[in-house]
Amino acid sequence: MQYSTKVMEHFANPHNVGEIPDADGVGYMGNPVCGDIMQLYIKVQDGVITDAKFKTFGCGAAIATSSMVTDMVKGKTIDEALKISNRTVAEALDGLPPVKMHCSVLAEEALASAIDDYFKKKGLPSPVKLKVGHEHEAD
Amino acid sequence: MRKVYFDHAATTHPDQRVVEAMLPYLEEAFGNPSSLHDYGSAAKEALEKARAQVASLINVTRPEEIYFTSSGAEADNFALKGIALGNQQKGRHIVTSRIEHHAVMHSAQTLEKWGFQVTYVPVDKYGTVDPADVARAITPQTTLVSIMHANNEVGTIQPIAEIARITRERGVLLHTDAVATVGTIPVDVKELGVDLLSLSSHAFYGPKGAGALYVRKGVRIVPFIDGGVQEGGRRAGTENVPAIVGLGVAAEIAKAEVPSRAARLTPLRDRLARGLLERIDRVYLNGHPTQRLPGHVNVCVEYIEGESILLFLNMQGVAASSGSACTSRALKASHVLTAMGVDPALAQGSLLFSLGRDNTEEDVDYVLEVLPPIVERLRQMSPLYTARKDN
Repeated sequence: MQYSTKVMEHFANPHNVGEIPDADGVGYMGNPVCGDIMQLYIKVQDGVITDAKFKTFGCGAAIATSSMVTDMVKGKTIDEALKISNRTVAEALDGLPPVKMHCSVLAEEALASAIDDYFKKKGLPSPVKLKVGHEHEAD
Repeated sequence: MRKVYFDHAATTHPDQRVVEAMLPYLEEAFGNPSSLHDYGSAAKEALEKARAQVASLINVTRPEEIYFTSSGAEADNFALKGIALGNQQKGRHIVTSRIEHHAVMHSAQTLEKWGFQVTYVPVDKYGTVDPADVARAITPQTTLVSIMHANNEVGTIQPIAEIARITRERGVLLHTDAVATVGTIPVDVKELGVDLLSLSSHAFYGPKGAGALYVRKGVRIVPFIDGGVQEGGRRAGTENVPAIVGLGVAAEIAKAEVPSRAARLTPLRDRLARGLLERIDRVYLNGHPTQRLPGHVNVCVEYIEGESILLFLNMQGVAASSGSACTSRALKASHVLTAMGVDPALAQGSLLFSLGRDNTEEDVDYVLEVLPPIVERLRQMSPLYTARKDN
């Protein structure tokens, strides 16, 4: 496996696994046909993400990016969190094999979906433009 | 840490006798078999000895019916393209199955691009081809049927002899990809009734870089590589003598050891399969319950993904493989499991343990000990498992 040490660390001991029962936003992204499913929970206080947890069905890269993205959003404002892109997550993991870059897209989209859900729950217009579904890029 | 190699379907550890037999041909016996001098004739002699050894393993009477190739994949390409092109005055249709190795499947797809027609017969839930489907697929334009002897992923053994009775009656050639069986179970071209058969050296304790195609005498086949007189003018290129010598020795050893290999592997395989089903909830065995390779255990573990399992197993010293989309570069679930009707999400949790001759009961017990906690850990992380528990 050509995963970086950081990916393997996050895969072997992922941070923030679990659910937040009274979450302010829940994102669900993915498709079992193409592989990965990620469920991401956020807790928001005064516009700042105070906690994040995840559950993921997927490969090593999917689990590692889930762990990393939940680490990254904690303490960030909603605006800052929305700036986290799949590349930022992949870079924080010291890179992903090209064939696994789509896993970082899943992390970005699950986060966007959780933030979107947060706005909807508040009855506010959502600034998030969700891509529909998640499809693997061609090899 | 204990090391357990359960990935013999990927490759095998070369036999020490094979390695020793090869060494002189990497050193002083470096001659080109096509040369006239002593260096050449020594190499040529070694090549022909290997040909006889391979012929004997699969009960081929004329060693010249064995063509050496660089791999099992090359042998498959040679068979499909060589027969399709060589017999197109009769017709441009071939029949194969949906569960073939990619070497056969992609060759068939290439033939389609070249204007040939291909029928892909289905399999049942065990991964078995129904000979009646093959019979129905044959048309007056059909020149070749190619069905693998045993499937490399799920281990299901195909009814080749029955299919051969049909192809012979209909005047169609039959090729079988026997890479998964030669050296593992007894393979006899006469009993099978095939016209062509592919095999690979590293599948049975030989080196990589050597394979062979058996082509029954009288079969019209187009040369695969142009450019020289090697292999009866059908496969040019200076032969990989060390690897072919290794293949020959591996074949000779296999001839003596295959019956005992299979007899020793079967109880280990069954112990592993039984243990997995007993110790892990929601695990499903893939492949035929009895008509299967002696070392193959292919299961789907529900709610989790195969690559994650493999990574954790590797941390515990266990080498295995998976047919999940995430482990394939094409990001597609195993075409074999798909053809068998396995649900795509379930196929994501596929695991293949392929046992070999050096494995022991302790290896099996070790895997049975380390796998359940890995599965439990990944399930605790899986939203699918949570959803199931909430129901």
